[in-house]
Amino acid sequence: MQSNFRNWPVLLVLFVFSAPLLIMLTFLLVDAFTTKVPGTMIPNGLTFHHFRFLWTDLDDGSWGIWGVTLNTFNFALFTSLSVSAISLTAGYALSRLAFPARGFFLGSLIVLHAFPTVTLIIAIFLILQLLGLYNTLIGVIVVKAALELPFGIWVMKGFYDTVPWEIEMAGVQDGASRFTVWWQLVLPQVQPGLMAILIFSFLSGWSEFILPMVLAPGTEAQVLSTYLATMLLDGGTQADFNLFKAVGLFYALPVIIIYLVFQNKLMNIYGGGTKG
Amino acid sequence: MRISIENFTKTFGDTTVIKDMSLEIRSGEMLALLGPSGCGKSTTLFAICGIHRMNGGRLLFGDKDVTRVSSQKRNVGVVFQNYALYPHMNVFDNIAFPLKVRKETRAEIDRKVQEIANLVHIGELLHRKPAQLSGGQQQRVALARALVREPDILLLDEPLANLDAKLRLEMRSEIRRIQQQTGITAVLVTHDQVEAMSMCDRIAIMDNGKIVQLSSPKEMYEDPTSDFVAGFLGNPPIAFLEGKAAGGGFRLANSEITLPVPSGITIPDHGAAMRFGIRPEFFQPNNGLKLNGKISFVETQGREELYDVMLENGAVLRSIQSQGAGHKLGDEVSWGIAEDRILAFGPDGRRL
Repeated sequence: MQSNFRNWPVLLVLFVFSAPLLIMLTFLLVDAFTTKVPGTMIPNGLTFHHFRFLWTDLDDGSWGIWGVTLNTFNFALFTSLSVSAISLTAGYALSRLAFPARGFFLGSLIVLHAFPTVTLIIAIFLILQLLGLYNTLIGVIVVKAALELPFGIWVMKGFYDTVPWEIEMAGVQDGASRFTVWWQLVLPQVQPGLMAILIFSFLSGWSEFILPMVLAPGTEAQVLSTYLATMLLDGGTQADFNLFKAVGLFYALPVIIIYLVFQNKLMNIYGGGTKG
Repeated sequence: MRISIENFTKTFGDTTVIKDMSLEIRSGEMLALLGPSGCGKSTTLFAICGIHRMNGGRLLFGDKDVTRVSSQKRNVGVVFQNYALYPHMNVFDNIAFPLKVRKETRAEIDRKVQEIANLVHIGELLHRKPAQLSGGQQQRVALARALVREPDILLLDEPLANLDAKLRLEMRSEIRRIQQQTGITAVLVTHDQVEAMSMCDRIAIMDNGKIVQLSSPKEMYEDPTSDFVAGFLGNPPIAFLEGKAAGGGFRLANSEITLPVPSGITIPDHGAAMRFGIRPEFFQPNNGLKLNGKISFVETQGREELYDVMLENGAVLRSIQSQGAGHKLGDEVSWGIAEDRILAFGPDGRRL
């Protein structure tokens, strides 16, 4: 890797291609904390004024930032919990139990996983209206969880597949019921997968935009992504872009922190649960 | 506890793996199910412990019919080929698991685990995780876990296959010692004839889902009922001479040589195909029934040397001799067969 492979050309190419992103992120960070004379690029003073949304009411008809954040948190958390709970059991069933039409279910999982969500949105809209769940957070959670499930189930099935069946048989021979075997012997082996799904679907819920926007446009069920969008739309040409950037930073912060803390666990998804 | 398998049939989809098999395992004995891979020996084992449902037939433990009893209630200890230890639990918890499932008291569990750990010599390893143990130690833990709840029957599925040669030797006698100390009825599944012969009271040799012969190791070695059994037991393996019955003797294929057929063997009709099986220890320089040939292969085994001798018709006989005889590759030799030790087989492989 040293003499016969010089990596600076690769680094240069990567840098050139990621430069627009880096520049934008830099300005997001800089603009959120500084003031500028309009028309210039260089900031002329530090300020926390753009973060005023944290402690004052912006009077834009919403709950205020903390209500919206709580909504977003609830949305992400309950999506994540339901996806994990169902993936955990469904993945086991698909991996271990011989039930009718197992092949069909496995096949449909992959199809659903690859299915573009947006095309379903009108049908989902109608169904939610019918059920009276339109414009509620619960409705969006149900839909989001359902759409995340194929991926979660598939990943969990992969983790279950790596657990030797002899371990389960040994447990059964030791006198334990199938449920005890699953709970005490198999679950600890697939725990990395569970962690990954929990975090992954939490992040996915946190950043979801389309579903809340279409299925819960009211202020009651507003989440941070839609809050940001309305901020732009309502402002029109008068939109306060620095405020927008500050909210954006506030919105992105938990994602960055969670990713930094749990990045090893997230990588497990791609390792398929094997121990290194 | 006596195990009786009556008319056991097992099918997977359309393939019948075992058809109408019956076997009785005596109380307190260790029985080997020996055979090549795919012969149905593991299937039989898994039927005894209840992992496989029987498609036909009955299974009795003692006088109790357990054919429809679930695995959990059969009280059978199993040691799997890969040991199947629970990786997230330490050795103590692994061994204690069957007791915890039965909700025994803490003190009782402590005492029993300690006792069984001492029996299999892993008393100092109780706080280690399975990944921190050597293969032999994992094997001992698996044995301890299978034995701790005092099962009626112990089943061992290729227990030594994953160990290296030296450990295999050690664990062979260890498992036998533990089985004899506990007096438990044990069934060992193996494809290794040395394991079966050295560890077990009786061997059931299987082929294609059938039990070909059931007898003690010594009897099976000296008195095999078919060429399959004769070929399966013995290391180095038995050598076969092809030929046919001719004028009251045995005419070697592609040769003018006719060997006398030892008394006690019924010679088939003139011209019928026959085989002579000759074990390497019964083809020696000093024996009476001489055959000429050329040494085609020499294998030094330390204490002994193994020679392949190619006869004039191209057939090969093996001879195992004490070290130091000094025969070399290519030497012309005239060695003899111990006449009374010849095993003769008919065209269908049955012993004559």
